[in-house]
Order: sequence, then structure tokens, then C-alpha cells
Amino acid sequence: MTVEHVNGDQFPSGLRVLAVDDDPTCLLLLETLLRRCQYHVTTTSQAITALKLLRENKNKFDLVISDVHMPDMDGFKLLELVGLEMDLPVIMLSGNGDPKLVMKGITHGACDYLLKPVRIEELKNIWQHVVRRKKIDAKDQNNSDNQDKPHNGSGQAEGMGNSDQNGKLNKKRKDQNEDEDDEDDEDDHNHEDPTTQKKPRVVWSVELHRKFVAAVNQLGIDKAVPKKILDLMNVEKLTRENVASHLQKYRLYLKRISCVANQQANMVAALGSSDPSYLRMSSVNGLGNYHTVGGPGQFQNSTFRSFPASGMLGRLNAPAGLGMHGLPSSGMIPMRHAQNSDNTTNDQGKFHPALLPGSHSGNILQGMPTSLELDQLQLNKNITSISELPNTKDNTTFHVSSGFPDARIGFGRSTNPLLDVNNNPLFLEGHPQEAHSNKMFGNQSLMSLNSGSSSRLPDHGRCNDNWSSAVQSSGIQPNSFSLGGDYKQPTLHPGHLRDNLSTMALPIGNSPCDVSSLHPLSNRFQDPKADLQFQAVQDAPCRSNVMFSPLNSAVSINGDVGPLGQCLDTNKTFFHRSNEFDSLGQSNFVDHFSMKINEVQRSSMQASSNLKEGYLMGQQKTQGSYISTSVDSLEDLFMSSMVKEVRSYNLAFSSCQNAFINSFYTTLTIIVKNLLNLFNCLLLWFRTKRRKFSI
Amino acid sequence: MDVVSQLQKQFIDFSSSLYREGYVDDQFSQLHKLQDESSPDFVVEVASLFFDDAEKLINSMARALEQPCVDFKQVDSHVHQLKGSSSSIGALRVKNVCIAFRSFCDAQNREGCMRCLQQVSHEYTMLKSKLQTLFRMEQQILAAGGSVPLE
Repeated sequence: MTVEHVNGDQFPSGLRVLAVDDDPTCLLLLETLLRRCQYHVTTTSQAITALKLLRENKNKFDLVISDVHMPDMDGFKLLELVGLEMDLPVIMLSGNGDPKLVMKGITHGACDYLLKPVRIEELKNIWQHVVRRKKIDAKDQNNSDNQDKPHNGSGQAEGMGNSDQNGKLNKKRKDQNEDEDDEDDEDDHNHEDPTTQKKPRVVWSVELHRKFVAAVNQLGIDKAVPKKILDLMNVEKLTRENVASHLQKYRLYLKRISCVANQQANMVAALGSSDPSYLRMSSVNGLGNYHTVGGPGQFQNSTFRSFPASGMLGRLNAPAGLGMHGLPSSGMIPMRHAQNSDNTTNDQGKFHPALLPGSHSGNILQGMPTSLELDQLQLNKNITSISELPNTKDNTTFHVSSGFPDARIGFGRSTNPLLDVNNNPLFLEGHPQEAHSNKMFGNQSLMSLNSGSSSRLPDHGRCNDNWSSAVQSSGIQPNSFSLGGDYKQPTLHPGHLRDNLSTMALPIGNSPCDVSSLHPLSNRFQDPKADLQFQAVQDAPCRSNVMFSPLNSAVSINGDVGPLGQCLDTNKTFFHRSNEFDSLGQSNFVDHFSMKINEVQRSSMQASSNLKEGYLMGQQKTQGSYISTSVDSLEDLFMSSMVKEVRSYNLAFSSCQNAFINSFYTTLTIIVKNLLNLFNCLLLWFRTKRRKFSI
Repeated sequence: MDVVSQLQKQFIDFSSSLYREGYVDDQFSQLHKLQDESSPDFVVEVASLFFDDAEKLINSMARALEQPCVDFKQVDSHVHQLKGSSSSIGALRVKNVCIAFRSFCDAQNREGCMRCLQQVSHEYTMLKSKLQTLFRMEQQILAAGGSVPLE
């Protein structure tokens, strides 16, 4: 961009502007006005096209003007994306001058907010934003997205008119007549080198972002200051201001996620209103996730965060979290408590809380019906996510765990075609004995989920299934399982998991189930990740490593299949999470996992573990036709599980799920799955009620 | 020359009446200022775009309001867009009706919306015919060899 020094009424010509507006009249008008200002204009009526253009060449444009009201994408969304990806100044344009909207524009990072009909005087001033931004960067100031505004307000050595103008621009601009631009103001400052100096744009790659998130988590989200983050990251050519602006965006992102998560939690809570604990959990989850992030050694959480930042997590977590949160939230809580690592794993972690060790699970159980719904929801979500992503399994598993093993089972299974409903029956058989049976149910559902998911995901899915089932059965807060630990290089292969499962000696005798479930998880992350899961499972001294499939084996060792399952689940979640994050919390997870596993073992009964295994196995096997059969069996299972302690499983499971789910899948997968699950669960639940625990 | 000056006078009278009656406002004259050698038909272009767009919007609104279960959000979004374009072109009356229309949409008042829709439609039709007359006059002046007087 060539910036000519301005004298008098002149302004920089050649400014390259991208104008986006779905209204052709306005767009043409805008284009003409901009051309009259001697800017280079590119117009498009589609936000998506605009993004494409911007992404093609980040240095092609200096400024973006976008309408707020657009059919294909919300203007604010576009604003965010542009700010995050390209860091270009964006001016919002709207026919609505409502202060709330203006505020929204500002919080989303808009440089300015213009009202329609747009006038040429206003457009003549927009170059200020570009110049100012460059200047600010050059000055190495830690400015937030609103940096322009403060500068505007403070009249940064600009002409009075400009300052005033900016000040006015910052405020809601209602009266356009007042917008007398002062082009006469000396703009020498603005035309300084900063204008022409184009600082090389920092591209926040996934890797870089991970480091950033790790650093933030290490410092604690509240105490994270750009300087320290920069030091921790230790990346060359990264300036403090880069970090500062990125931190700002990250914070905004987190806030949004938490709102969404809270909403989700609330929604879930609403569904599971009967279960107060659930509600609490949900909310907790929503919050917990974030909290967990800050938690010590909560890589997982941070990883999650990083994901969102990466844009991936955000999506995944949000939807998954939502679904999961609802249910898992309860699980999450325990998770958090149980192990920080667990928590970190969620966003998913939220789910884990659902599994809250013991106490929570009780609640969860209570809210079974509701939780079932929730689970269903989650399952659905999970399912959706699973189906979509290999990781989706997590979702399904997630539900299962979160939902309550019993309730979930029904749901998870039914919802997930993959889920082996059949598993459930198997599970039921083995299960009935103990309280764990409940868990088993959960496991079953988990398994079904897993299986379901696993079937989807060749290997990854397995992990998930196993995971969920493991979680359930273990009733441990698998969260603690610290899937992260599993991250260690995946030594375990899905096959291992299977073996583990079989070792579990599940009555069902579905050895492959576990593995399959785990796989889904791993799939998500990619093979290495899956391995990690497996590995983690194996690695953990306790069965925790085994979580996924190892859970089974581990469980057998301990006799508590449940915990393992949960662990697996958690591990899975962790795994997934960690995978995504680059195994930030691997070590953490592992530790947690083992811890969890131990816990699980303790808490879960042997029988239950067995059941789980069987369940898991069953799940895997019956992946295909589970829904129908599982539904029935689920009901039975459900019933029994309801009676028994599900908590531990739930907790573990949820925690695991949380970990996994969060990391995985996009929201869609999860949501769909959850919904399916929910429906299934409800169905089962009703049936169960009628049947009266005929198991 | 008489013809031209006569036409010009007619044009000015008509144009002022439009402003006086509130069919168009200052923004419309701004559009004229943007018209120059590089874009001699700018105003006509913008107006045509507006007409097409407005017609589409009005039709969509009508369809939406005819539904047994009215989606007010949809209607509101159409109205918002129409408001935006009408204000961009300087169609004052249309814009004002849109503002009222929006409040009815917020209140989910179907009757009110229907009334506003009719009003909008009416205003739009009037504006269209008036502008078309105006443009025709301009053409006549130019054809007669004169130049279009600016407001």
C-alpha cells in the first residue's frame, strides 16, 4: 500500500480494501465511494468468498469492510475470523446503530462501526485504522484488539480531527451528520514509517499455538502475561505484542467457549433437571473445563484450550463439551477433583466430572432418567461426533459414562448404531451381580458407544469404546486417568486393547470390544495418538494404561474392570486430547490415569469390571446391530445399573469421556450422537421402568 | 433551447418535489455527486439495483407473512436489508416504513406487519414510478442537448 503523506484534505490512496455486503445496492454504493476515495476496492457479496480471498493472500488487502447482517455468515463471525487469521483491521457496517451491536462489534475486535447509509467522509478516514495498527505494532505496544480505539480516543499524535473522529467512531455513531472528518489534520504521524513498515505477520500455527497454550496453562490463565508467555514459549522472532494480541484473542475465545459450555451445561441441566447434581455438574463442567485448564498439570485442559485456539478444539469442545458437559459435567467435577489431569482433559473433562467419584455418580444415577436424557444427548453428540470423527467415539463413550452407565448404556447404544447394543446384553449378563453392573451398563453403553464408534473408526474407534466402557465400568473418574499419560507413544495398538479386554475375562467375552472402543479415540488423534492411548493404558502401572483396552486387562488385574474402563475412557479422552495437543499432558495423564485406575479399581467391584470387559467386548462385537438389541439389553442393564452404584463408573467414564470428547470431534458429531443417545436412553428408560428390572 | 430550458425547469420542479415530499433525501443527492464521467449512469445503476432488490425482498416478506406460522426473524431480516438499501439510496419514505415495520416484527404482530408490508409496497411503487419519471426527464434533457441541472 502506498501511503502518501497527507497534507490538507488528502488521504492515502491505493489502500486496498475488501468490501463485503450481501445487499447489492449498498455494495455498489460502497464500492463507488471507496473508489472515489482512491482506494483499491474488491467487492464480494459472500462472506465465504471474502474469507477465501483473504486466505489466498494475506498481504493482498489492508482493510476489510463488512456488513453485519449477512445471510451466509454473521458479520461478527467474519470479523473474528479475519482478526484471528489475518489480523487485518475490520470495519463493521450496518443499518442498525444499536449500541449493543456496536459494543458487540468492538468486543469482537472491529476497528470501527459505520452506519448505513455510509458517507464518503467517513470512508475517507478509514485509512487511519490501517496506519494506526501498523503504528501500534511498530511501537511494540501491547494493545488489545481495541487498540485503535484507545488510540483514537487518546488522539495519538494525530490531528485533532482524527482523534475526535476516532473517538466518535469508537462511540456509537448515530448521527452521521456529525461525522465531519478532519482530513485536514496533519497526518504526518500516520504516514510515518510504520505505515509503510509491514511487520511480517506472525502465523499462529498449530504448533505455535500449542506452545502458547502450554505456556498460558503453565502460568495460569489469570496470571499469564505476554512477557512471561513469550519467555516460556521461547520462540524466535515472536514479539511480545504478537503474544499479547494473541492472548487477547485467546481470552475472548475462551470466554465464548465458556458461555457456550455454560449454555450447554444449562441445557443439559435442564434436561437432567431431576438430577441436581447433574446440573451442578454441568455448570461445573462448563466452568470446570476452564478451570481445569488452569489447574496444575492440567495439560489436557490447556490442550483443550489450545485446541480451541487452534480453532479445532473450539469447535470440538464446544459441541462436544456441550453434549458432554451436560452429562459429564457431573463427571467432570469429580474429574477435576480426582485429578487435575483429568480436568484438563476436558473440555471433555467436563464430562468426567460427571463421573465424579462415588458421590457424584450417585447423583448421576439419581438423575438417571434425566441423565439418560442427557446421556442421550451426549451420546448423540458423541455419536455424532464419533461418526464424524474417529474420535467421535469419545462422544459416544462419553455419553455413556456421563449419562450413567445404565442410562447411558441404553442411550449410547441405541444411539450409536455402532454401539453394540449387543454388548449390552452381554454386559448385562455378566453384570448383574454387582453394583458395578450398573457401571457395566454404562460400560456397555460405553461399549456400544465405543463399538459403535470403533466400528466407524477402524482403530480409533476402538479406543473410544473401550474408553467409555472402561470409564463406565471403572466408575472411576477416568479423568484422572490422564489420558495424557497415554500419549506416550502408542505402544498399544488397538489390538492390544482388545487383548486386554479379553483378559478382563469379561463374561461377555468380547475382547475386541475394548480395543475397538479405544480405537475410535485414537483414530481421532491419529495413529500415534491411539497408540498413546493404548500405550498409556499399558504404561500405567496400574491398569490405567490399559484403560482403553488395557483397561480390560488392567481391570482384570485389579479385578475392577470398571475403573479401567473408565480409565480407558478417560485415557481415551485424554488421549484424544493429548493427541491433539501434542500430548502436552501426556505425562500428566498417565499419572492421573494410573491414579484413577487405582481408584477405579478400588471403587469398582471386580464383578463390575468383569462386566465391563465383557461389555466392552460385547460392544465391539456387536457394533453393527447394537442398537436394537442393545436397547433392550440396555434397558436391563440400565435398570440394574441404576440400582447399583454407577457413580464410580460414571465418574471415571465421564472423566474419560470428557477428556476424549473434548479433544475430538466437532460439535456436530457429538451433538448428533448425543441426541441419538438421548432418545435411545429415554426410550430405554421408559422401557426399563415398565419392565422393572427384569434382568 | 427553450425546449431544453423548459425540460430543465420541469426537471428541477419535479426533483424538488421529490425532496419536499420526502420520497428521497439528502443521500440521493449524494449519489448524484458521485456520478461523473467515469460513471455517468451511476445513479440509474444504483436505482435499478435497488428496485430489483426491493422487489425481491418485498416478495419474500409477503411469502413469509402468508405462512400459517410466521417466521418473524426471517421477515425482520428482510426488512432490515430493505431498510439498509433504501437508506443507501436515499429512499426516505421507504426507510421510515421499514423502521415501523421492524418494530412490528419485534412485537411479532402479524397484523401490524401485514399493514406495514402493504405500506412498504405502496411506497416502493410510488418511488419507483417517480424515479423512473425523473430518469426519463433526464434522458429527455440530454437528448435535447442540454445538461441535467444539479440540485
